Amino acid sequence: MIQPLHNPPLLAVRDLCVEFATRRGPVTAVRAVSLQVAKGETLGVVGESGSGKSVTSYAVMRILDRAGRIVSGAIEFGGINLNGADEPTMSDLRGREISMIFQNPRAALNPIRPVGKQIEDVLIRHAQATHDQARAKAIAALEHVRIRHAAQRYHAYPFELSGGMCQRVVIAIALACRPQLLIADEPTTGLDVTTQRAVMELVRDLTRSDGMSTLLITHDLGLAGEYCDRIVVMEQGQVVEQQDTRALFTTPAHPYTQRLIRSTPHAARTIRDLLPEDLRLPQPPAASPAGTGTPLLEVRNLVKVFDPPGGLLQRLKSRGKSAAGTFRAVDGISFGITRGESVGLVGESGCGKSTTSAMIMRLLDATSGSILFKGQELTAVPAGEFARSPLRRELQMVFQDPHESLNPRATAAQAIADPLLRLDGMSGAAQIRARVERLAAQVGLPLDLLDRLPHQLSGGQKARVGIARAIATHPELLILDEPTAALDVSVQAVVLNLLSDLRAEFGMSYLFVSHDLEVVRLMCKRVIVMRAGRMVEEGLTEQVLSAPEADYTKELLAAIPRPAHLLHRVSHTKVARA
Amino acid sequence: MADAAFTPPLARISPPRSAFTRSFAHFRYVMTSNPITFLAFLLLAGMIVIAAFGPALVPHDPLATLADKALKPPSAQHWFGTDQLGRDVFSRVIIATRLDMLISVSAVAMSFACGATLGAFAGYWGGWFDRLSGRVLDTIMAFPLFVLAMGIVAAAGNTIQNIVIATAIINLPFYARVARAEVSIRRNAGYVQAARLSGNSEFRILLLKILPNTLPPMMVQLSLNMGWAILNAAGLSFIGLGVRPPTAEWGIMVAEGANYIVSGEWWLALFPGAALMLAVFTFNLLGDGLRDLVDPQRRT
Amino acid sequence: MGPLTIVFARCLQAIPTVFGIVVVTFLLTRALPGDPAAYFAGASATAESIAEIRAKLGLDQSLPVQFWTYLKDLSSGDLGQSISTGQPVAAELLRRLPASLELTLTALLLSVAIAIPLGVLAAVRQDSWIDQLCRLVVTAGVSLPTFFTGLLLIYVLYFLLGLAPAPLGRLDLLHVTPPQVTGFLVLDALIAREWATAWSAARQLALPSITLALFTLAPLARMTRAAMLQALASEYLRTARAAGLSRGRVLMVYAFRNALLPIVTTLGMVFSFSLGANVLVEKVFAWPGIGSYALEALVVSDYAAVQGFVLSMAVLFVLVNLAIDIVYTLIDPRMRIEG
Repeated sequence: MIQPLHNPPLLAVRDLCVEFATRRGPVTAVRAVSLQVAKGETLGVVGESGSGKSVTSYAVMRILDRAGRIVSGAIEFGGINLNGADEPTMSDLRGREISMIFQNPRAALNPIRPVGKQIEDVLIRHAQATHDQARAKAIAALEHVRIRHAAQRYHAYPFELSGGMCQRVVIAIALACRPQLLIADEPTTGLDVTTQRAVMELVRDLTRSDGMSTLLITHDLGLAGEYCDRIVVMEQGQVVEQQDTRALFTTPAHPYTQRLIRSTPHAARTIRDLLPEDLRLPQPPAASPAGTGTPLLEVRNLVKVFDPPGGLLQRLKSRGKSAAGTFRAVDGISFGITRGESVGLVGESGCGKSTTSAMIMRLLDATSGSILFKGQELTAVPAGEFARSPLRRELQMVFQDPHESLNPRATAAQAIADPLLRLDGMSGAAQIRARVERLAAQVGLPLDLLDRLPHQLSGGQKARVGIARAIATHPELLILDEPTAALDVSVQAVVLNLLSDLRAEFGMSYLFVSHDLEVVRLMCKRVIVMRAGRMVEEGLTEQVLSAPEADYTKELLAAIPRPAHLLHRVSHTKVARA
Repeated sequence: MADAAFTPPLARISPPRSAFTRSFAHFRYVMTSNPITFLAFLLLAGMIVIAAFGPALVPHDPLATLADKALKPPSAQHWFGTDQLGRDVFSRVIIATRLDMLISVSAVAMSFACGATLGAFAGYWGGWFDRLSGRVLDTIMAFPLFVLAMGIVAAAGNTIQNIVIATAIINLPFYARVARAEVSIRRNAGYVQAARLSGNSEFRILLLKILPNTLPPMMVQLSLNMGWAILNAAGLSFIGLGVRPPTAEWGIMVAEGANYIVSGEWWLALFPGAALMLAVFTFNLLGDGLRDLVDPQRRT
Repeated sequence: MGPLTIVFARCLQAIPTVFGIVVVTFLLTRALPGDPAAYFAGASATAESIAEIRAKLGLDQSLPVQFWTYLKDLSSGDLGQSISTGQPVAAELLRRLPASLELTLTALLLSVAIAIPLGVLAAVRQDSWIDQLCRLVVTAGVSLPTFFTGLLLIYVLYFLLGLAPAPLGRLDLLHVTPPQVTGFLVLDALIAREWATAWSAARQLALPSITLALFTLAPLARMTRAAMLQALASEYLRTARAAGLSRGRVLMVYAFRNALLPIVTTLGMVFSFSLGANVLVEKVFAWPGIGSYALEALVVSDYAAVQGFVLSMAVLFVLVNLAIDIVYTLIDPRMRIEG
């Protein structure tokens, strides 16, 4: 463990203030932020969206966009004041002494330049290679980030590489000149958990072996806890706390840190643990509606095959090649849900979980297989005509992105009233309004927000509108498609509790689709793990998570970032670490 | 209702404003926040007034020829001078506003209606209809558009009606393409899926949930095309198609004046040309303002 | 896929478009209301001559048969006879094509040379005077009718200042047309080493090409600025800056090359516009190109000539689009996998 105070810091930020010019005047994004990174240290900067953590790192690099401006403060790097440095000096430092990697790696690479050339550009710029050696050095850099067949990959364009591979290339660019400081801005957001782990371990190994310092910017406290020596917690442009990682998790001082740690699902034993004590409601009475335990949904051998894209010509060409272009998104899965049960459906992106839920919801026609709901065959009615089916009101869904799932032109009240009008045939403005207000109250949406448009609501409020709309017709089965993926953890905690209470109150069954095993652990009794359109494991959540049978499940579990300091708190799930 | 007790008082104090008050407040907000938009709307209002009341406003009969007053430069009596037949250019420029606006508005309205419908259906349902309509539009776009309009008018007959139709046809692909693209990116948007779950039929979804949201980009296209349609129609009459003398129309007036430019009688061509320019300019400026008006995200 | 395969594939894709064009030009004459025979016979035809022409053109046969005949004629390069001049339309168009191409290409070159640097600078120095200038040029450019710009230029530069020659064609009467090599008068005169002729031809060319260039400047400058701004705001540009790449390299290799893609696409649109605007400019400046030819034919309802003009313009445009498609494919690797 490095003792930062005994070494002169590599990077010292003092009282940094950053402003953005907006149409309504300047907005302060970062106020009086001070932090230090010692040589060889990994510092985590953790905060929710809008906390100013990324802006701080852009200010250090002096790559704020046009509207942004450093108002005051000092940024000292190896004895140079970066805030006062001129552009040529900064340009020399960037990429050579301080490098940066970004989220969304595919967009971070020039789409029309071979990746090898992009590495060469950096090497040549910082005189790390002559034009003759550049190519060999670029290939070596690709090998350094563990890309196989580096000599061939040198010619690849970003669109030909996977997201994880692109992030490796971005890392190769950042580390090409062996900088002293690497700033990683949400480097794994948007990547699958297994890729996420591979990328983070790569960053850790490479920076450690070269004695680099790292500034890891992330919203994920678990990630920071596993990889960082010290953690800075930011909220609304300010640093609220900074401590050694272990101390931060064991004795968090600031209430915001306490809340953040609490909202992170790793530590929680029950869903209530996610909430701060003052917000905790009494545990709802266990749901026991009539008929609990009887089968509600029965999925058998469900298959969805997508045709290859393209026109007639392509299809004629691919004909006879034994369906080479077709893609089996869902490849014969079978499972059941009983009344009042909550089942988790887990897998990485592209595993077919969203396609499965779209088919059950009758938004998409299945290629083959059957979906029995209360004994009736759902596939008998085409998806396009299901809107008129009496079963429509029994099957509802909460969507992944609360913003995108609300019509930008409809107020919250109109969104909630839509199913009442169309499915319950309600009429009379006063009657509908009363019903909408009751639903809003049930999901904890303040009534004065009902006449607002979606863009005037916060993420959590929009999530509540989406939930109110989904439960408006009292459906028996609710599919939750990553309902909290787009939300900050503290909002996620509240929404998960709300969902859990509503299920108890109305006796609904949930199919909870998620990539996050920790959330599924809290929300679901049973879990189904999917990969490449097939089910790899199914069972009681506790059992699957503590003693997984399939290798893939083990891999998924091992990939979850889990700070060692939290392990004692989750001892009831004896997780097999890879 | 028990929950009413928790309602913040705010909701009860301010009654929901009527849709009209809200729209008007939004209109005023858009106008005051952008002076250029305000100017554009002012110019548009002026043009509409002139088009509506032009015949009552003009000081002279636009068709009356006075041989002794031919080719007189601008003066107090004839603000824009007189043309080769002694007609008052000012009166003719004013009178022409109605015809020019009528041609372009009806052409753009036709292509907007047909193009948006075509594009929306193609974008929403895809399949063979999408492919077929795409082929037809591609074929239209494969022609230099002004040349195609010339061909259509020449073949269908040299009338004002055919100018309108030709202008509508060559503008149609733009609307269809924008509508198709905007509809197809929203076809499976979250709120559209949610509307399906709420029991809306597919047609209802397209009409009430998707189309209103495609309005902002369509509006920009509309105002840009309006200017372009005026230029096109004027161009066609400039080369002698559609409008026939002695009808007053900006394009043909410029064409007639063109013969006198080389001998220095500039006012014959300049004033109708400037009017044409101003009209196109107005519509080009209007685009952003119209988008702001129909875009709910701009509301605060 | 190798570059040659791509070029070949793109050429194949152009075939349906050309077929569509042929169908439309055919339908324009045969399927619209009105008697095509009367059009083909011209304005001063009698009932007998119309009937004679109907039989001669095969208009008394069914549409598919007529279409087949039309296709056969086209494939042998026959666009019909002009009734006003009695010459084959194809030959006349070919004779006048160089004049139009000289004008269009000069104008396009001029506007590319101005618009792209202007748009790039406007984006790089956002809100500076050059950005304001760009905005002015763009707004004025889209609002100015081409024929009106032409007349204004004539009035100011010819009538008032006397700088430009009279707007009467490609060459004044004092000079003899040089022997044809390229068909572009300025080039031909230079090849023939007749400097005075070249200068005179260039002076004649100046005003019409400036007129046309002003018209095409606006969309190009606007798209260049927008594409450049988008590239400048992109995440890969941030990566390039964070890697410390020099400003020149960031702007040229990372931003401009990416911005080039939409610019090249716009160039196709602009070409389409300028082929149309060409007709207007040729009328204003009495330029003896195919636009003037079409206008003369329009006046006397010489339909074979108009049809030939529309068809050849469309085919020209398809060729340009084909070239642009190929260039696009070569710049953008992402296009190469979509067959």
